[in-house]
Amino acid sequence: MSLDTVAIATAQPDTEQPWRELGLKEDEYARIKEILGRRPTSSELAMYSVMWSEHCSYKSSKVHLKQFGEKAPQSDALLVGIGENAGVVDIGQGYAVTFKIESHNHPSFVEPYQGAATGVGGIVRDILTMGARPIAVMDPLRFGLADAPDTRRVLPGIVAGVGGYGNCLGLPNIGGEVVFDATYAGNPLVNALCVGVMRHEDIKLATAHGTGNLVVLFGAKTGGDGIGGVSVLASETFASGKAAKRPAVQVGDPFAEKVLIECSLEIFAEDLVVGIQDLGGAGLSCATSELASAGSGGMSIQLEKVPLRDPSLSPEEILMSESQERMCAIIEPSKLARFMKICKKWDVTATVIGEVTEGKHLEITFNGELIVDVPPRTVAHDGPVYNRPIAKPAYLDSLTPTSLPSLDSADEIKSELLALIASPNIADKSWVTDQYDRYVQGNSVLAQPEDSGMVRIDEETNLGVAISTDANARWSYLDPYNGAKLALLESCRNIATTGAKPLAVTNCLNFGSPEDPGVMWQFAETVRGLADICLEMGLPVTGGNVSFYNQTGSVAILPTPVIGVLGVIQDVTKRTKMGIPAAGLEVLQLGNTADNFSGSEWAHIHGQMGDTAPLPDIATEVRLINLLLEAQPLLESAHDLSDGGLAAALTETTLRNKIGATISLPGEYIPGGVAAALFAETPGRILITVTPENLEAAQALATKFDIPFHHLGTTGGDALIINDATIPLTELSQAHTATLPRLFG
Amino acid sequence: MRIGVVTFPGSLDDSSALRAIRLAGGTPVPLFHASDDLKEVQAVVLPGGFSYGDYLRCGAISRFAPIMSSIIIAAEHGFPVLGICNGFQILCESHLLPGALTRNQGLHFVCTDQPLTVENNSTPWTSGYSKGDRLVIPIKNGEGSFQASAQTLHELESEGRVVLRYADSNPNGSKNDIAGITNARGNVVGVMPHPEQAIETLTGPSTDGLTFFTSVLHSLVGR
Repeated sequence: MSLDTVAIATAQPDTEQPWRELGLKEDEYARIKEILGRRPTSSELAMYSVMWSEHCSYKSSKVHLKQFGEKAPQSDALLVGIGENAGVVDIGQGYAVTFKIESHNHPSFVEPYQGAATGVGGIVRDILTMGARPIAVMDPLRFGLADAPDTRRVLPGIVAGVGGYGNCLGLPNIGGEVVFDATYAGNPLVNALCVGVMRHEDIKLATAHGTGNLVVLFGAKTGGDGIGGVSVLASETFASGKAAKRPAVQVGDPFAEKVLIECSLEIFAEDLVVGIQDLGGAGLSCATSELASAGSGGMSIQLEKVPLRDPSLSPEEILMSESQERMCAIIEPSKLARFMKICKKWDVTATVIGEVTEGKHLEITFNGELIVDVPPRTVAHDGPVYNRPIAKPAYLDSLTPTSLPSLDSADEIKSELLALIASPNIADKSWVTDQYDRYVQGNSVLAQPEDSGMVRIDEETNLGVAISTDANARWSYLDPYNGAKLALLESCRNIATTGAKPLAVTNCLNFGSPEDPGVMWQFAETVRGLADICLEMGLPVTGGNVSFYNQTGSVAILPTPVIGVLGVIQDVTKRTKMGIPAAGLEVLQLGNTADNFSGSEWAHIHGQMGDTAPLPDIATEVRLINLLLEAQPLLESAHDLSDGGLAAALTETTLRNKIGATISLPGEYIPGGVAAALFAETPGRILITVTPENLEAAQALATKFDIPFHHLGTTGGDALIINDATIPLTELSQAHTATLPRLFG
Repeated sequence: MRIGVVTFPGSLDDSSALRAIRLAGGTPVPLFHASDDLKEVQAVVLPGGFSYGDYLRCGAISRFAPIMSSIIIAAEHGFPVLGICNGFQILCESHLLPGALTRNQGLHFVCTDQPLTVENNSTPWTSGYSKGDRLVIPIKNGEGSFQASAQTLHELESEGRVVLRYADSNPNGSKNDIAGITNARGNVVGVMPHPEQAIETLTGPSTDGLTFFTSVLHSLVGR
């Protein structure tokens, strides 16, 4: 292919260009010509096409996401807000924490191992780019039905990819989710969260300032993998009959990323960079245009200097390549020698590819020929904005209430409970989580299956952070506005259950096609609910990610807003665990149970969805959180009641340390009887244990915070006894742990 | 007492090993693979991780690092060396220990709290244990299946050179449930479990691993 230069583009305005194949719409192509006053060169077209893709430009979601700014609560904790690679919050003692979730859904369907691996790699680089040392990862995953043939292909690959990359980076994997639903068949969700820590003064931003400062590309060499990944893959629905998309998935090298992390942290420690940006989606196109746009605007790049793994790459391909493990830094010339020395120590390739200039244009040359001459802001920030049509979906008018058995005998209690806890969504997830290293770095205080992951930040003071991710996609399906609120409240509850105070929020919004007005309505309602609840709870949103087009044909995934909440705990040695630690303790339930099975796992295993999601009770949830934090010294264990209700919580808390419990559920005080008591998923409930001596004090505290409490029974023995149903722990354990190994080997 | 911990490119548990030495009462000394300077340490730990990305074979490239030439010479003169996980793999590749660590039988990475039995308490790294002690220490690896020829296994068993054995169940198909071994002289020990991740109840399943580090300090004092 001959080189298309700015001179040629000006001289030959009518050349046919493949804008449609690159995912641009007709009006978007016209807009590019209007901005440039000529047709774009093929390199410029490549840059605009990736940067204006749905994945990079948020063109369908922007009009809704601005609510996070409009409804932002006052917060002293927020040090860096939405817009940078990741938000940063103050956790005290001079420490700042940055955390973010991103999706890597589409690549993980095409190539499960590499898709998931590079999802972890990408989010870790986002965190590193802020100047932070990554300290933990989490992975909320969603798959088609557990026994579906394609799930057997997708799940083992994704789990191995998450583990293969994260384990090799030395980042403990401290939590996440594994959820199965038919709508995720063909659209698995791989969301990856990373959290990092730094001192306040070490925060780095993605900006190119200072005329004459150098643009340095460091890390892996650029190859042909992942070209057009964002535009072709993430922004289009999968359809049959198209060419294989495998080459558009990036290939990861975690070893290269590990040395890149150590090298970057050493560079940061010596304060050698003016600005820094990682190369992820849209590669060099994104990094150069965003750095220049955030700075004074001018930058010149000599593209032939980019070190290549494949020397046959064209300039367009170099600009679009999403090769992993690369970073771009802006450096003062006087600091270059020291920068290069550190790169050499870690065997990291580093190359000066350009400099910050006085002008307002990003100019890219290839062997002396000008091939890109654009205002960087038009590439990075002035992409198209769509106000897509919205319509409340018709399915909401044809929902039917649940119709489930009442539990009248001990045999029924036992058989329904065992069926529930063996179902793939509630079953023990060790088959997955034992493939992840949860110990590395030696600071993991809590890891899955605990309510939240918790990491020690300071060994002297025992300051720590807790992180939880939650989504209840079925509630979001029934009521996306309240579903988003409920997901955030559950995540906050999980944080408080372990003894930490909720501080900040991130999110990953996974939806079907934005071109479907019903999906767009789900999305708009979700964002509205999330912005409202964050304002009501006083929690800042530090950033997020939107993944659209999770849809096969006309079937969209359940609306899946994954909410991540970060909490702070002053003394990690005081954290509360979920498992019953001893016999002879009193078992209490905080919060009341309602007679509603809509969206519950129990309804799901009976093939029902129901009609009405619970309504969030924010005032009560806030009091419950405050109660948990104040009651912490009295608690022997605490576990949130959520998926699978009390039945799942009793199973998990007894099996954790193999200590049984005797539970009495007097059906009359619970509407819906024993079935609701065991299987309803009413939000705002916690299962706690206390010593007999502390029982009165715990009840007094619950009264003080106006939280209902129910004394359910006592711990001990080698069985879970519920009314007159006795389930030996060995039988309980067998049912709970056998499912995933049976399905996946 | 100065105990060194080597950082190779891709080492991951180096910081945890340094912490373990500190909590045991020693002076932790970071060592870098590219230098042959042992910085006057009196013992050395090769930590866990994926040195050089496990490319070629686990430990195969690290074995040629400049620091390893110093360690190999010192080890042959009785200097205490502990290889943990990837460190164990490096010791096998260096021929300081016999056998090899291969892909786990189940073909998965396995991270679990592993019950173990102490078989040999005469090494400088295990002298604080009693023979038959039962420990719970995390394992976390993809290639931890210990394999050796029948002749080598016979030597290890008959000379009492098996240091740790998996108890209850064998997680990876290791021959004779072997989780750790020592050389004929007893100064070089390789273990697949991670004692440096079992030193605080806050972050580990037990404190059973701390004795590895207190043992070596006591052994050095006794010299």
